[in-house]
Parts: sequence; C-alpha cells; structure tokens
Amino acid sequence: MALDDSKKPRVFKVVGTRPDRPDGIDKVTGRARFGADMVAPGMLTGRILRSPHAHARIKRIDTSKAEALAGVKAVVTRADFGTVPDHVAVIMENCMAGEKALYDGHAIAAVAAISPAVARQALRLIEVDYEVLPHVTDVDEAMKPDAPVLHEGRQEETVPPGMSQNVIARAEFGHGDIEAGLAKADRVLERTYRTAATHQGYIEPHACLATMGADGQGDLWVCTQGHYMVRNTCAAILGLEQGQLRVTASEIGGGFGGKTTVFLEPVALMLARKSGRPVKMVMSRSEVLRATGPTASTSIDVKIGMTKEGRITAGFAELRYQGGAWPGSPVNMGAMSGFAPYDLENVKTVGWDVVTNRPKAAAYRAPGAPMAAFAIESAIDELARGFGLDPLAVRLMNAADKGTKSSYGPTYPAIGLKATLEAAKAHPHWTAPLGKHQGRGVACGFWFNFGGDTCVSLNITPDGTVTVSEGNPDIGGSRASMTMMAAEELGIPYDQVRTVIADTGSLGQNEVTHGSRVTFAVGLATIEAARSAKREMCRRAAKIWGIDEEAVDWEDGAARPAGPNAGKFPPMTIKEIAAVASKTGGPIAGHHEVTAQGAGVSFATHMADVEVDPETGATKILRYTVFQDAGKAVHPSYVEGQFQGGAAQGIGWALNEEYIYGEDGILQNAGFLDYRIPVASDLPMIDTVILEIPNPGHPYGVRGVGETSIVPPLAAVANAVSAAAGVRMVQLPMSPPRVLAAIQAGG
Amino acid sequence: MVKVLLWGSLADLAGGAREVAVEATTLRELLDGLARDHPGLRPELSRGVSVSIDGRIYNDSWFTPITPDSEVVLLKRLQGG
Repeated sequence: MALDDSKKPRVFKVVGTRPDRPDGIDKVTGRARFGADMVAPGMLTGRILRSPHAHARIKRIDTSKAEALAGVKAVVTRADFGTVPDHVAVIMENCMAGEKALYDGHAIAAVAAISPAVARQALRLIEVDYEVLPHVTDVDEAMKPDAPVLHEGRQEETVPPGMSQNVIARAEFGHGDIEAGLAKADRVLERTYRTAATHQGYIEPHACLATMGADGQGDLWVCTQGHYMVRNTCAAILGLEQGQLRVTASEIGGGFGGKTTVFLEPVALMLARKSGRPVKMVMSRSEVLRATGPTASTSIDVKIGMTKEGRITAGFAELRYQGGAWPGSPVNMGAMSGFAPYDLENVKTVGWDVVTNRPKAAAYRAPGAPMAAFAIESAIDELARGFGLDPLAVRLMNAADKGTKSSYGPTYPAIGLKATLEAAKAHPHWTAPLGKHQGRGVACGFWFNFGGDTCVSLNITPDGTVTVSEGNPDIGGSRASMTMMAAEELGIPYDQVRTVIADTGSLGQNEVTHGSRVTFAVGLATIEAARSAKREMCRRAAKIWGIDEEAVDWEDGAARPAGPNAGKFPPMTIKEIAAVASKTGGPIAGHHEVTAQGAGVSFATHMADVEVDPETGATKILRYTVFQDAGKAVHPSYVEGQFQGGAAQGIGWALNEEYIYGEDGILQNAGFLDYRIPVASDLPMIDTVILEIPNPGHPYGVRGVGETSIVPPLAAVANAVSAAAGVRMVQLPMSPPRVLAAIQAGG
Repeated sequence: MVKVLLWGSLADLAGGAREVAVEATTLRELLDGLARDHPGLRPELSRGVSVSIDGRIYNDSWFTPITPDSEVVLLKRLQGG
C-alpha cells in the first residue's frame, strides 16, 4: 500500500498531535501489570543454576538431593527436553546447557519449589561435575589459530581454510575499486577501533508465569517483545502444537532488542509440565547481565581516502564482531550499514562473525550499526579536521541522496539524510561558542527498518466506540499511534478508540517488535482495517437510504451521500450506524493481515558538546541535539522520546558501559552499580529536530524511528571528546581512566 | 531475464560473478532460479536472505512481481532490534 496519491498534501487532524498516552495512568499509579506482577493459585517459584565457569564440559549432574528436598516439585536439566528441531537447537542450548557450559552464567539446571528460599536451597544441592576448559572472551584472541575452540564443525563455507573454528562466517559487501580510489586521495587514514559489549539495560528483568495442563494446553504470561515468537519457539522446544499454547504479553519495562528471543520461558513451561503447577520465574539483575543477550564487542579496521576538498575517494572497513557462544553476531548489519550514509564510488566492507565464551548476543537497537558508525564516522571526522574542513560540510558533500547506489547494493529512493545535515548546519547548536576543554562532535547514522507479518482487528462496538487489537507488545507507544491512526482514518476523536495487545489466540501471526517496524507495519494494517470498516459502514448506510453503496462517502466520522445526485440524506455517524448494526447485517469490524513491505530506510545526524576534565579524564555531556527523518511523526512526543532514548543509550555506550571479564572469564560487573548506564543527572535535556520526508511505502508516509537514534551517538561523542581532549579516541568506552591515559600519552 | 546483484562473498560462491541473470517473474522464481543455476549459493539461500527490489526490501513474499528492468539485490538476511 503506497503513500496516498493525492495532489494536495494530506491535512491530518489527529496524526501529528500529542494526546495523552493511553498507558500513562496505569504506569504512574502502579496498576500496570509487568512480567513479575502475575500470580496464579498454587504457583511455584522457578530458579536456575548457572555455570560458574566460562567454558567447561559437564561430566555429570546429580539432582537427586534437590529432588528429595521438601517443597521441591520439579527439577529439570537439558536431558528433560530431549531432541529439539534444528531451527530451535541453538536457542535450546542457550536456555539450558547440554554437553558444555559455554559462558559464565550459562543455565545448567532449574528447580521449581514452593518458595524462593526452598528453590535457592535446592540449587545448592544440585551436584555438577565440571571439566574446566580453556576459554576465550576477546574477539581478536578468539580468531587466532591456537585459540580455545568452542564448537567444531559450525564454520561456514565462506571462511577461508586454516582459520580458527571460532571464526564462523565471512561476508563482503561493496562496489568499485578500493585501491584505485585510494590512489586519488590526498590523504589515506588507517585506524583500528574497538568497542566493548554493552547491554540494552532495560529496567524490567525477564519474567514469566507458565502453566501446563494435563490436557496438553499451556498458558504463558511473559514480558517480551514478541509473544508470537515466544509461542512458536516454546512450542517447538516442548513438542507442542502452536495452537495449544496461548501466550499473553505483559506490559514491558524496556526491551531494545534484548527481548526478541527466549531465555526462561521454555524452562518455566517444562517445570510447569513436570510439576503440574504454575511456575513463575523472574531473573535477578545479575542474571540479566550474565545470561541474557548483550550486544557484540568489536574490533574494526578502517581505511578511508579523502581529497583535500573533502571528497571521499574510497572507503574500506574490516569488521570483527564476537556474538557470544554461538554464531549470529550482527556483523553483517554493521558491514552493510557503516558507509550507507555516503555516496561512494569505491566502497568495500568485510565482516567476520566470531564466537567466544560470552552469552549469546541478542539484538540491540539497530544491531551492529552503532559500532561500524563509530569507526567510520570517527575516521571521516579525523580526515576532515586534518584538512581544516567543516565536518558537517564534508558529510554534506559526500551525502547519499535519491538515486545513490548504496554501499550495500540497492539504489536509494527518496531519503532524508541531507535534510538532517542541513537542519544541523542551520541549528544554533552548530555555531554556539565552546569554552576551554570543550569540544563538539557530529556523526551520521543509517538504519534499514523492516515490515513483516502483521495482523490487526478493528471492532465497532454497539455504542460506536472502537477497539483495535494488535499483536505487538507496546514497547514504544504503539497503542497511542495505532489509536491515532485509527481515529484519523475513521474521522473520530482519539478518545473514541482504545487499542489493546491481543494474546496469541486472538490474531494471526505477528512478527516480533523489532526493526522499527511497528508504527510502520501495524500502522499500515490499522489504516487498512479502518478502511475496511468504513466500507462496511458506508454499505450499511446505503442500504438504509436505499441507494447504491458507491454513492456513499465517509467523512468526519459519518457516512454521507457522495453528491447531490445520490440523494438528500443527513449524515449517519459511526454511533448511529453502530446502534442499528444488528438490524442491518450484524456487528461491524475491519481487519487486515499482511506481510508488510516498503519500510523506508532512515537517517539521522547527531551533534554533541562535551567537556573533558584534563585532570581526571571525566567527560560531561553539555549539549546534545538529534536530527532525524521520521517520515511522518504520528505522535511527536513519542518520536522525540525515541530520539532521546537512543541518544541516551548511545552516550552510555560511548562513555561508560562495558562488559568486563576477568582473566578467569567471569563477568566482573554483573550489576548496575558496576555496569554504569547513564542516569538523568548524567545527561542534559536532549534536543530533537524531527524531519518529515514521507516514506512512499506507507499511506501516511511513516518511517520507523526506534533504532536509528542509537547509531550516531558513539561517534558523535567520540568526535567531541577527541576535539576536547586534543587526542583521537579509538576505543570505547571512553571512561575517565582511558581518556586520562590518552591525554597523558598524547601530551 | 532478471539481473541480480550479489554481495561480494556471495559472488565468490557464484563463480566470481557480481551479477547473474535469472529467468523469473516473481521473488519465488528468482530464489528457485538462483539455487538451480548456482549451486554454490544454496547454503546461503537456505540460511535465509533478504532481497531488495527497486529499493524496497523483501524477506519472504514469494509472489512479489519482478520485471526485467527491476533493480534486484540479494542481501544478507536483515534483522532488527
């Protein structure tokens, strides 16, 4: 469904306004029910025993003492799950270790007991005989030929012979001739950059409540970004038919990609099956950090040629991402996205997917892209500053535009990168004076955005109010935006529509909430469902009036004769049509099911001002502005929130956040005291500028906005810190000791 | 015939060709044709790919029409957060 082909720009009445959020009262009063808030009669507490070793063969597990403990109702290990289908085998191994524990915190066994105290005691009674193996947690170390090997036989055919078995895959992208391009440059810059693994840092830990009846029917209440994914995955692991397992999504306290897979859920269901009782499992913060899905740590070589006028003649990057203990780091996304903002004749990236003894990486907001952008945007900045050029002007000179052949292959349709750069250049932030030890950095970022399987059901109640059912957990305001798009399309006020998140028994398949897809794809389906309901309401009005249904239009919430020849009838409002629906053909509803296509790509430019204390190396963010193309901002406050949230997470990634492993391969900072995410007092008010370059693939022009905002901040902050400190920072996080060491080494 | 641009390492698996031609009018025919004509691509195709057709990205929409003048680019399977 393409953008409305109207010669006049559409005048929106609801879309683009800022109504109160529908979940606001519940969340500020504590009425909202999150993952850990659900209870059931006879409920047991589930707990997991986790590996204390980074890499160990599991020689024996003896659960007999735990099973004999009073109050313990079930104990499970990997053996209880038996053989699972290939497509969920890795997920199963991550949820419960089989032959080997592959990282500190890897689940080994689980218990269900009548209380948390009994469950904890039972865990202590489980005896595990480990053969500790050599481990590796660093990506570059893991690629060495003599590195400890995690898996045999998983290497793809894309990897040249002779490399470590930890190197799983190689991919190459680009076009042109790098060497010829570099030869035209006035300067070629080569740098190696490194980024640490970081966690999404969602405030709500993973939690679920599982029941499994003797009839084989199961129910799961869970905090997730995709309850249909949870249903399908758990059904496959437990050998259930998908229709027999109903999954209901709780409210969600953040996800950012980290809740797009399962960790506890199959275990809780197995404990429920074995015990015959409901089982509730809630992770501690330590478990979240040790055993869920942080993003990759990386090591990236960049080589860029530039003329003294600022034209990039060639760009090359070799990216090495470790994605934890199984294949699937987001290196390909990084390799495809890093140079995507630029119109380059010669560009090439090579990505290496590497496994290490760390938890399996999960998605994290534009997975893979921020690290690549950090490396490439830092190099571009260093070249521009080296020539004494304006870094914004250099980016504008090289910016991709409609018709540009992108670095990953396709030719761009209309895109908004130049608009973000021009807005940045015109913004007062760009020319504001800076003080001593202060610096300003800019960077660009790109993200793909997706569509995917989507179902929406829209029902007209007998009193003419409207309910919308969607199948994606509301992680970023989707209930508000669906309500607004339904109200817009139906021509009724916002408060006449309520959107709910349906369980898996109520709608067809819905893809996970990821890829910035929901406002785009679910919005598209909501608009189509509303149009379907409008057609039916026009048909009912036509029957009442005794005229052809083609002679009826829908406008401002009412059916109206299409013109003077259709007859003179007063408009029939949605309430009037709904009131007689049972006499005119029955209840009225609209629904739409689609694999949504046409999600437009998204670009952003970020600008950061920092002050670096030369005596401590500490960095303070003074000012920060986000410029991003939203296509059409349905609810601008939520869009601004997405921009600000991505920037805040990126600032944390840039300055402080990192997974720190000891020599023993054990995570040293599994808590928010030592894993430091930014808090409100660390940040200024993040300013936002919303650009609206309509996406031709959506009826209202909407683009996804949830992920792009985390792509530029690593580089924007690094460029600002480098300017303030007078030394180029090439490794994240730029924690005070690292910045201080760089200043002292540079001075 | 539809011209399909392959990413670099995929080209290696297709005998070094950065661009291959396939008889296809839909996405499904395109993927079937690639697997048939270029066996080296089968492992990557079976792992899942995304396809850009005239700048729009598709994953599994078999019956998406493709015309001989469409710009078709095979991509690594995309995933988001």
